[in-house]
Amino acid sequence: MTTPTPRTPVPVHSPREAPSPVHSPREAPPSPASSTPGGVGSSPRRPDGTLKVTGEFAYSSDMWMDDMLWGATLRSPHPHARIRGIDVTGAVRMPGVHAVLTHEDVPGEKRYGLEYRDQPVLAFGKVRYRGEPVAIVAADHPETARRALDRVRVDYEVLEPVSDPVRAAFDPDCPLVHEAGEDLPPAHPAHHRSGNRVRYQPVRTGAFADGATAAEVRALADVVVTGEYQVGMQDQAFLGPESGLAVPAEDGGVDLHIATQWLHVDQSQIAPCLGLPPEKVRLTLAGVGGAFGAREDMSMQVHACMLALRTGRPVKIVYNREESFHGHVHRHPARLRYEHGATRDGRLVYATAEIVLDGGAYASTTAAVVGVASSLGLGPYEIPHARVDAYGVYTTNPPCGAMRGFGAVQACFCYESQLDRLAAELGLHPVELRIRNAMSEGSRTATGQRVDMPLPMADMLRRAREMPMPPERAAAGPVDVRALPGGVANTSRGEGVRRGVGYGVGLKNLCFSEGFDDYSTARVRLEVVGGEPAVQVHTAAAEVGQGLVTIKGQIARTELGVERVTVLPSDTRVGSAGSSSASRQSYMTGGAVRAACLAVRARVFELVRAAGLVGDDHPDELLGLAGGKVVSGARGVLVSLADLLGASAVEETREFRHRATEMLDPTTGQGASHTQFGMCVHRAVVDVDVDLGLVKVVALDAVQDVGRVLHPQQLAGQIQGGSAQGLGLALMEEIQVSGSVIRNPSFTDYLIPTILDVPPMRIEVLEHPDPHAPYGLRGAGEPPTLSSTPAIVAAVRAATGRPLSRIPVRPEDIVGIERD
Amino acid sequence: MEFLSPATWEEALAAKSARPDAVPIMGGTDVMVELNFDRRRPAALLDLTRVPELREWAPDGDRLRLGAGVPYAVIVDRLADRAPALALASRAVASPQIRNRGSVGGNLGGASPAGDAHPPLLATDAVVELASVRGVRRVPAREFYLGPRRTARSDDELIAAVLLPAPAGPQQFAKIGTRNAMVIAVASFALALDAGRRSAGTGIGSAGPTPLRAPEAEEFLAAEFDWAGGRPPSPAVAQEFGALVAAAARPIDDVRGSAAYRRHALSVLARRTLGWAAADYRREMAACG
Ligand SMILES: Cc1cc2nc3c(=O)[nH]c(=O)nc-3n(C[C@H](O)[C@H](O)[C@H](O)COP(=O)(O)OP(=O)(O)OC[C@H]3O[C@@H](n4cnc5c(N)ncnc54)[C@H](O)[C@@H]3O)c2cc1C
Repeated sequence: MTTPTPRTPVPVHSPREAPSPVHSPREAPPSPASSTPGGVGSSPRRPDGTLKVTGEFAYSSDMWMDDMLWGATLRSPHPHARIRGIDVTGAVRMPGVHAVLTHEDVPGEKRYGLEYRDQPVLAFGKVRYRGEPVAIVAADHPETARRALDRVRVDYEVLEPVSDPVRAAFDPDCPLVHEAGEDLPPAHPAHHRSGNRVRYQPVRTGAFADGATAAEVRALADVVVTGEYQVGMQDQAFLGPESGLAVPAEDGGVDLHIATQWLHVDQSQIAPCLGLPPEKVRLTLAGVGGAFGAREDMSMQVHACMLALRTGRPVKIVYNREESFHGHVHRHPARLRYEHGATRDGRLVYATAEIVLDGGAYASTTAAVVGVASSLGLGPYEIPHARVDAYGVYTTNPPCGAMRGFGAVQACFCYESQLDRLAAELGLHPVELRIRNAMSEGSRTATGQRVDMPLPMADMLRRAREMPMPPERAAAGPVDVRALPGGVANTSRGEGVRRGVGYGVGLKNLCFSEGFDDYSTARVRLEVVGGEPAVQVHTAAAEVGQGLVTIKGQIARTELGVERVTVLPSDTRVGSAGSSSASRQSYMTGGAVRAACLAVRARVFELVRAAGLVGDDHPDELLGLAGGKVVSGARGVLVSLADLLGASAVEETREFRHRATEMLDPTTGQGASHTQFGMCVHRAVVDVDVDLGLVKVVALDAVQDVGRVLHPQQLAGQIQGGSAQGLGLALMEEIQVSGSVIRNPSFTDYLIPTILDVPPMRIEVLEHPDPHAPYGLRGAGEPPTLSSTPAIVAAVRAATGRPLSRIPVRPEDIVGIERD
Repeated sequence: MEFLSPATWEEALAAKSARPDAVPIMGGTDVMVELNFDRRRPAALLDLTRVPELREWAPDGDRLRLGAGVPYAVIVDRLADRAPALALASRAVASPQIRNRGSVGGNLGGASPAGDAHPPLLATDAVVELASVRGVRRVPAREFYLGPRRTARSDDELIAAVLLPAPAGPQQFAKIGTRNAMVIAVASFALALDAGRRSAGTGIGSAGPTPLRAPEAEEFLAAEFDWAGGRPPSPAVAQEFGALVAAAARPIDDVRGSAAYRRHALSVLARRTLGWAAADYRREMAACG
């Protein structure tokens, strides 16, 4: 059996420094710089960077084996229908078709799910969203496979879609998406699951905890603002479609090469569906073309394995773009109602929020999204009396789940909008109002959790306010239309263009929350290759573009003083690394690599003592590794690693866990549910064509505290990318759904920002170390996605005077024309 | 699927006549998308990229004859003075990669009401040259668009070229999209003033089942514009011109925008392009002494 192509280990030696675009005012004393080139704190080149830029990187959709078959998926044309029968005979008879499978062919468990197993591998009984997989085909050519799909006859009894999430949440007469007696697993008792509700989570503090009504609490405030908000369905818009290659193995198992965010959680869902023990389902990470949460849930994994096991041939499945829009979960759209009350001098007295998140047809991560939306629903403000009610519901809309910002994005848009309205009511500068109510180290969140790490929010806000403003638009002289709203489409030469400035700040939990046993595993091996010490790092962590592959090498270099580091491909031959999500991999897999390196170090020092190079009682603290040698503070170089190790290798595997977290109390929502908090502040400057409703973001500057910078250039990339994704949500990105059907499943009509839409960004990075985290670092990928959206919308409001309570903001909203 | 790849124009016409169901492919920026999305499974593709004439342009009397396959990038870089509105529209098409391949012939072949080439062709009274083994015919753009994606081209015909009248006054093009580049028009508008004939031409994109003209707006402007001096149109004239353009549109609500917004935006674009055209007009008059 030949192996598929992308299996070569990624070498990460010979790092070259890249210039850093981060302005770092370094609050904390500079972290001890790594003495090894390419170590922590420097910007070595990504090992996969050149390949990606030159188009040579093998993504999961590029995999190829000579004898492989192509899989294709028949999807439901209806959002909600009962399946009366499926007839595959026409497809089976087609020449070139090797297998046509339906739910009856699923060897084991018929359902899977990331947190709650409610999603059929192949639909049975009912279909609950348009695009739900109903049958799968393997054929010798992709076109043959697609044609075979046309010959599968499915008899549907069409049902009324359940499209309105608010009705799903509150109307007891709303039809159920998952009917009683469906034999679903029991829900978590604290989730208040009932009807179409996947989870309901209340939070109560202050007078609300004592049962006070809104009216009673309202009496404590001088000024009250209320708002109703709507957040559209955002897509992760990764460029590499869902794809993978399943190869049947001689032991009756299967090897799956797959683009995913978490190999082991896929394995733990695939194996039961195939009726195989986990060790017979081996996964290797294939080249991931972006993820942003959309690859946390499975797509074609079980399908490819089923077809491979049935046909005895490797099977490749690649979704096309339209299929991809139906093939992964999206960000939960939301309807939200907020009320804030403050004293005349701008102190928040109370806040309430009611948040309805549309989870679509299957649970996916909806319960966890509700956990975040409820606990962080009021943002980073000190509020004596808080009441939040967050609901996640089933509908027959496209399933929603994880996306960068995960439940905190929807809320952040609203609480920041509320703060701006309050500032306007009070006649205060929006930054001033935020500073007056800012949380800081020692504050408690609405869930009663004490922030036991630095949170320099007030300082960050001041810095954002003080950053230099972009130059004013020239009143006369030649115009470059690219600098104006509308860009090259030539809609304005300055007519109707007004400038606005807005601020946003958000609070994001980092790493997994609510009592989850969150860990990562790393294996590190030190040996001598060609006379030189060399390190291998092996984890199962998914490199999804974020640059973890670089970070792992940096940590090994720093801890072991060895320049030559090879990062092995990620696979399930080593223990779970957890998910590449929740901004957690630098923390968790970085922490695991560090722990494994420290264990290797300790073993090396043992060898040094055993060799009599130092006394038996010589403590580790007085020894070090640098430049491929063992050194002692007092005596300099003791021995080279090459001489010490000879032909032997030192290998250690470690699991790393963050500190434990708690479930939220099901009635009060109290509990230390989060591991770490991240924060970013944005200031947006926009030019708006108020007659046409077009926007040009002129500046989108950010201040973020990351605890400790591991790789300045990659960090800048995360902040820029997160900000751009927030810009997309503010101004253009929306999967438009009507009647539970996606109306724009293409990049022609699902618009993501181009280079003309995203301004160059000024980024200030602060480094206040988190004492609980490895190197003091804080996950950095998500916070900018929260704050950039409200900052931009605030700037558009400032330019137009429109209330703008819905995102994305559409041209109609700016010019004041109704749109459904 | 058959793949026909003629090396000469004669061969191409013969192939199209023999296989009227063959789908021509030039830049492929529409055709390949349709194939990839499985929206179309043609029995045959007729590759036109090897026919040299389609990429050529040359004067034809006092008009410019632009081969159907000349890519947008060339129009932007080389023909801005001879086809100003079309060059502005070409600049607004897609991205550099698409502009390197996409062509006016392809835009006409697909005849999407959102195609950016159409409004300038209508406004400037351009002519579409169609050819088949039966011969050549020249159809004014204003008679070319018959219905949704339906045109005057017969099944056995290919689009050979467009003929662009020499500009006789300022031309403008503007297009609305919800991002600042790489966007299909929500609405677009082209305006061409003809100082010699003292007439105005208009073209509306993405706001009707076909590309449209606004004849009443044209007549109104021809009567109201200060042809002698190019004085800035009064706010009332600009307003009325915008209203007449908006009234000529027949937009619908779709994922890209609402009908009401499209009408509104067209009225704004019409006013603005008129203002710019008038300014250009004065500048040209000043330059001519
Ligand atoms: C990413 C992207 C962005 C785009 N953005 C825009 C945009 O902003 N504005 C816009 O207007 N369009 C846009 N398009 C659509 C497309 O680029 C244009 O319509 C372009 O003009 C098509 O030209 P082509 O040469 O590529 O045509 P092809 O794809 O080769 O053909 C298009 C159609 O014309 C027919 N055809 C081609 N040549 C002839 C001929 N000589 N005779 C008869 N029929 C012919 C074909 O059969 C087909 O039906 C975009 C496309 C993509 C992929």
